[in-house]
Amino acid sequence: MTSLHAPSRRELLLASGTLFAWAYMPRLARAEGRDPRFLTIVLRGALDGLATVMPVGDPDWVSLRGDNALTLEGKTPALKLNDYFALNPAMPNLARMYGANEAIIVHACATPYRERSHFDGQDLLESGLAKPTPSESGWLNRALAGLAPAGRVDPKGGKVFAVGPVTPLVVRGPAPVLSWSPQRVQPASADTAQRLLDLYKHADLKLAGVLEDSAKLTAIEHSGEMDPKAGGSNPAQVKAYFAEVAGTAAKFLAQPDGPRVGALALDGWDTHVNEGIGKGRLSDLLGSLDVALAAIQTNMGPPWHDTVVALVTEFGRTARINGTDGTDHGTATVALLVGGALKGGRVIADWPGLKEADLYEKRDLKPTTDLRAVLKGVLKDHLRADERVLAQNVFPGSDAVKPTAGLVA
Amino acid sequence: MVARGKEAAALALHRFGFGPSGGEIAAIADDPRGAVLADIDRPLAGNIDGPLPTSSESARAVFDFQAAQQAKQKLTQRMQKPDSVGMMQVSSEAIAAITADLAVGQKPGENQPPLPQQLFLNEAKARIDAATSSNIGFVERLVWFWSNHFCISADKVVAMSGPYEREAIRPFVRRRFFDMLQAVESHPAMLVYLDNVESMGANSVAGINRDKGLNENLARETMELHTLGVHGGYTQQDVTSYANVITGWTWIPPVEPNHGGEFAFAKRLHEPGVKIVLGKFYADTGLQQGREVLADFAKHPATAHHIAQKLAAHFVADEPPPSLVAKLEQTFKDTGGDLKEVGKTLVSADESWTPQRTKLKAPSTWIVAMLRLASPAAIAPNAIGRIVGAQATLGESLWRPLAPNGYPDTEAAWIDGVPHRLNIANEFAARVAATVDPMALLDEGLGPLASSDTRQTVARAETRAQALTLLVMAPEFLRS
Repeated sequence: MTSLHAPSRRELLLASGTLFAWAYMPRLARAEGRDPRFLTIVLRGALDGLATVMPVGDPDWVSLRGDNALTLEGKTPALKLNDYFALNPAMPNLARMYGANEAIIVHACATPYRERSHFDGQDLLESGLAKPTPSESGWLNRALAGLAPAGRVDPKGGKVFAVGPVTPLVVRGPAPVLSWSPQRVQPASADTAQRLLDLYKHADLKLAGVLEDSAKLTAIEHSGEMDPKAGGSNPAQVKAYFAEVAGTAAKFLAQPDGPRVGALALDGWDTHVNEGIGKGRLSDLLGSLDVALAAIQTNMGPPWHDTVVALVTEFGRTARINGTDGTDHGTATVALLVGGALKGGRVIADWPGLKEADLYEKRDLKPTTDLRAVLKGVLKDHLRADERVLAQNVFPGSDAVKPTAGLVA
Repeated sequence: MVARGKEAAALALHRFGFGPSGGEIAAIADDPRGAVLADIDRPLAGNIDGPLPTSSESARAVFDFQAAQQAKQKLTQRMQKPDSVGMMQVSSEAIAAITADLAVGQKPGENQPPLPQQLFLNEAKARIDAATSSNIGFVERLVWFWSNHFCISADKVVAMSGPYEREAIRPFVRRRFFDMLQAVESHPAMLVYLDNVESMGANSVAGINRDKGLNENLARETMELHTLGVHGGYTQQDVTSYANVITGWTWIPPVEPNHGGEFAFAKRLHEPGVKIVLGKFYADTGLQQGREVLADFAKHPATAHHIAQKLAAHFVADEPPPSLVAKLEQTFKDTGGDLKEVGKTLVSADESWTPQRTKLKAPSTWIVAMLRLASPAAIAPNAIGRIVGAQATLGESLWRPLAPNGYPDTEAAWIDGVPHRLNIANEFAARVAATVDPMALLDEGLGPLASSDTRQTVARAETRAQALTLLVMAPEFLRS
């Protein structure tokens, strides 16, 4: 393995005079003739895994959730995945990908976090640390920083990028970060931007790096038609926003010289009240997510076959419905993997059961799979990250958590 | 090292206020620290005057409007089916009455947004006006800090988001922490936002009759975010127990014409019995039970530390000097959480006057700095829509944080949005540049803080608009 040190923005500027002269193309993977793409979608707010992928074959399922337990029958029948599990009917695209062996569902899965604070849970999910201690960097950024750089110099390929005006922790860190978010005002002229960049280069290199990255991305963003409507929070607007940000992310990743690794966060999964599993809030959100997945597949084009998208959330929700037709903060949940590079069409679960004694602290789905194992498996087999680096730098202290083998075809 | 003179004056206005407006740097240069301290004592600081509705009035008005809107839709549907009996029932009086209901607050001949948006924009305008016109602006910055600390979201409580800040935050930023805490946790906007109005004790009368129960959302965030902090030493059992304590803290639904939208304690929903929170027994005194627990949360040493850390990080540096945090914490404990005294300690401490300006202003704070610099006179009366839009574009929609921990407060969170600020600055500058002198504004806005590079860049710009854009995007103006 090569050096773990990635140059900072400052070093890049001082060393080469241009910010984009360093490429982190995953060299080992490229040597095999592959050109892998990896997108992480953080679902903030704690996704109800049991409402997303239902254990319809578990004899205790219906008694656990009562009217909220979707089954293969009823008014809103769930979509059958195998003899034991079925998918929320709001997600036909995910079901189609599963049928085409392009999706894997990991159930009863959790990070090492065992408390129930969103914010600590999100920090730990994104930092990759074993405990909720403050971190300035995320596992995805450190994974990228640890990859062997490819021989060829590339304008953007080595960068991780983030969607949205607020950079998610998962991509913060030593590897330079690009960011993009939906544009809603008339941009400043290139001349004004250049003057400002000159000033930043003298006065504030952090600001210089950010501004320079943004200019390079604008070109890709305007390379095709984009739906400018976004913002707002009604279900149609959420759907448009999810599809726009996810579709744009795919567009960046699909470019021959675009970035290879990215992340975005889709919020709103904290369903304490009137969860709406078959119809309503969660159903709308899952439907929006499903459309976003379809937009990724469409916009990726042929590189879809080299793509893995990981959808992760900070923790699950209570196994039972609470007093207000919702669910409170819980523990294990699902992790979803989609993409043409997967050996898919499988639900991976060491199923803990749903009897009271089987539940974690008698209230939550018990975690039996460590999310880090899944992510390490993808990073190792898809991006060819080094296992030792994964255990030491990317997910520190995770030696005992072996990468899940065989996720990637 | 501590900044002095004009440099300290400019630093104070950016760090403790919203940036200088015309002549302010010179006006406070003799004693910058004294000027900020005087702002804490100014009687009307942080006050919003003007006829704005209470939260309950606003909630009822929006409810009535939405009901009328629904009725109008139904009438329209009936009229589109001429064969149905419905057609017979549509009287011209009904149409006239509903049309009048929907036009509440609309001035004839003007094309205004519908009532809910209009109420929101009125509140937004009052808030922006208060910030742009304030002296120094320290107390106003405290209002923004506490409003974000105890945030709600307009996505859930659009009618009450502005009134909530005026009722539960503004009156208390210079009083005891407990006073604000009690106002916040019993405000209908918070009770709706964090679902407490849905919660009921499983053994309460309503819980038994309706077969419903607890929702622990507000209880958890009160402990984790509002008071003790996530490492404050409480357990899941404490959260559940405190959630039971505050069952019955609810509101009167806005459909009720006289008191709809007001706080109510409903014994019918309240979980009966003694409860144990953080190892202490609380007798079942109804509403009082919750107040007693809140009083103990406010007194808890973990709360003092949590608040001290957040305040220091907000005003001074993402990672503030521990000695400063310790001073704030000590004052908080010594004075029983007197927020005026805590504010004075913050301003008096030498650590708060370090010339290193590493904080990246949050988008809305930066927007107000830009408005103050260009002089409020340059701001069109109808600009509030654009200002609210700019806040949204930059990821800080007014009263709409994504989660109950509010908007982030660090450089790492905001820095990648800086290129978007360039576009906002560009649009703003295009509107006001004709009436301003950029070099004069450079002196007014930054004074001795401006580097020679920044001076040169602004001076060499090819248009006034470009000069103003570059000025408000200069590192010295983005940072505090």
